[in-house]
Amino acid sequence: MSKLISWPHALAVTRRNAAMYRRTWVLSILPNFFEPVFYLWSIGLGVGAYVAKMRGVPYVEFLVPGLICVSAMNGSSFEATYNVYVRMHYEKMYAVMLTTPVEPEDILVGELLWALIRACMYGGIFLIVTVLFGLTTPLQALRVLPVIPLAGLLFAALGLAFTLRVGSIDLFSYYFTMFLTPLFLFSDVFFPIEERLHGVWLYVAELLPLLHPVRLSRAAFHGGGVSLGTVAWDITYTLGIALGLLSWCRKLIRDRLVA
Amino acid sequence: MSVSVPASVTAPPRAPAEARSSVPVVQVTGVSKHYDGREVVHELSLHVQPGQCFGLLGPNGAGKSTTLRMIYGVTKPSGGSVRVFGLDVAQDGRRVRERLGVTLQDNVMIDVLTPIENLRVFGGYHLLREPVLSQRIAALVDYLELGSHANVPVVALSGGFKRRLAIAMSLINEPELLILDEPTTGLDPAVRLSLWTKVRELKAKGKTVLLTTHYMDEAERLCDYVVIMAQGRAVCQGTPKDLILTHVGRDAFEVDCSAEEQTQLLQGLTLGSLRSGPRLLVYGNDLAALVPRLHAIAPERAYIARPANLEDVFLAQTGTHLEAGA
Ligand SMILES: Nc1ncnc2c1ncn2[C@@H]1O[C@H](COP(=O)(O)OP(=O)(O)O)[C@@H](O)[C@H]1O
Ligand SMILES: [Mg+2]
Repeated sequence: MSKLISWPHALAVTRRNAAMYRRTWVLSILPNFFEPVFYLWSIGLGVGAYVAKMRGVPYVEFLVPGLICVSAMNGSSFEATYNVYVRMHYEKMYAVMLTTPVEPEDILVGELLWALIRACMYGGIFLIVTVLFGLTTPLQALRVLPVIPLAGLLFAALGLAFTLRVGSIDLFSYYFTMFLTPLFLFSDVFFPIEERLHGVWLYVAELLPLLHPVRLSRAAFHGGGVSLGTVAWDITYTLGIALGLLSWCRKLIRDRLVA
Repeated sequence: MSVSVPASVTAPPRAPAEARSSVPVVQVTGVSKHYDGREVVHELSLHVQPGQCFGLLGPNGAGKSTTLRMIYGVTKPSGGSVRVFGLDVAQDGRRVRERLGVTLQDNVMIDVLTPIENLRVFGGYHLLREPVLSQRIAALVDYLELGSHANVPVVALSGGFKRRLAIAMSLINEPELLILDEPTTGLDPAVRLSLWTKVRELKAKGKTVLLTTHYMDEAERLCDYVVIMAQGRAVCQGTPKDLILTHVGRDAFEVDCSAEEQTQLLQGLTLGSLRSGPRLLVYGNDLAALVPRLHAIAPERAYIARPANLEDVFLAQTGTHLEAGA
């Protein structure tokens, strides 16, 4: 049975998370802020001193577009995996929501919106730090802005599907070390993959989800040199995978919560 | 173990006082629930009438919470039908849940937030907006006496306070039907007493109350009508008084004695009796003869003569005690 989503009820779910976050944000935002500082410091000053230039720019500048997407990815991934799991199984939050007019699909949308908000906060803070470091111009920051929720959406959908399908907290560490970490390392963030991969591997690499937001982010930063076709493909891929997974999640969350 | 109930003890069946012409608030008809091939609820039928305090009484694992979840539409029955407010819960779950309130067995609230903030979040699920939301919260804080710690994070509150907050949350939408899953389990006697008062008051205000409990005294004091459940089945249902009179009789007599003493004690009497280890329980409407007889058999023997209760009904019907270790 397909149920219509009620946006007011979904927003009530999002607001619940926001109300709780208001109590804890000072503590949780600090690492959020320092993480990019440490990255840029270590890699920019350390590794960057040995790497002359990457694609014609100082190494630290090469890193910025990719790391913004990684921040957004981390923000929504934590929210969509550990936090959703805890709310579902330990805190029994969904059990209590379901005693009210809130339906499972509303919970899904509410959590998705919250994961998006978190992704935007993570990615946004990273972006602000790079602006403060003089690594990003205000114009670049403006252009890259839409890529942050797009990356957040993709990894919220992946995380939610994993959490709802697998549903075992012991397996989350696999999700992070066996899935997100390789993505982080091989998705054009640290080195230009098209210069290192050849032949069929270039096509295989297109399967990596993070590659697409990162490439969009680079396009937003550097403008020229990226074909519109590639941009269109990256947007289509990101939205297509996200929406496909979310429609699967709709069924998964109903099966899990209303049995 | 079984109890033999002589015909003389059985009260004539009375029509329940609640049998009015109005549509039942809850109509459960032949509902079953399987989990992985195991039957947790078996062909259960019950009707909750408007204004009634209706009790589902049974030990842990009897299927009470599962039955409640099927009633508010979050667990799908494997068979049978559930109607609430005359609506099919499977079709109109959202509309049904707009009009009822549920206090779950566990207190589910946001620990880092205060009672007021928790009520505010919960009101959001019902789409309540200002100024109504603040008015309702103020009234509930007042009614459930939450004022003393209304602005303290929930994590620091006592079990009794949290229970009152949980009930306040389930009242935020001014429900017509209030569902309480084990409202007083794990609370101390004084807190239980004050919660009973609240439930009675809510009933007096015209709310229909459906509660589960494994305390027979709670069911007996609060409920107009009870269904006794064991292993997913309704063992019997009726008003507490009728159940007691029908299944055991008005009075109970307890004594530790041997099988020969039992024979002597009950010789020639038509009384219901059952054994639980060394303990003999005798039931009936007139147990006056037992005391002199026991004196004759064993002059020093301690005994208990008391009114029969729902625990006795449960024991007589299932051969087991209601409360573990009782
Ligand atoms: N989601 C579920 N999956 C499998 N078994 C369940 C589930 N919920 C309840 N049960 C089982 O159903 C039985 C009745 O549970 P419950 O309705 O919670 O009983 P009660 O509330 O009377 O203690 C128990 O044996 C319990 O283990
Ligand atoms: Mg229960």
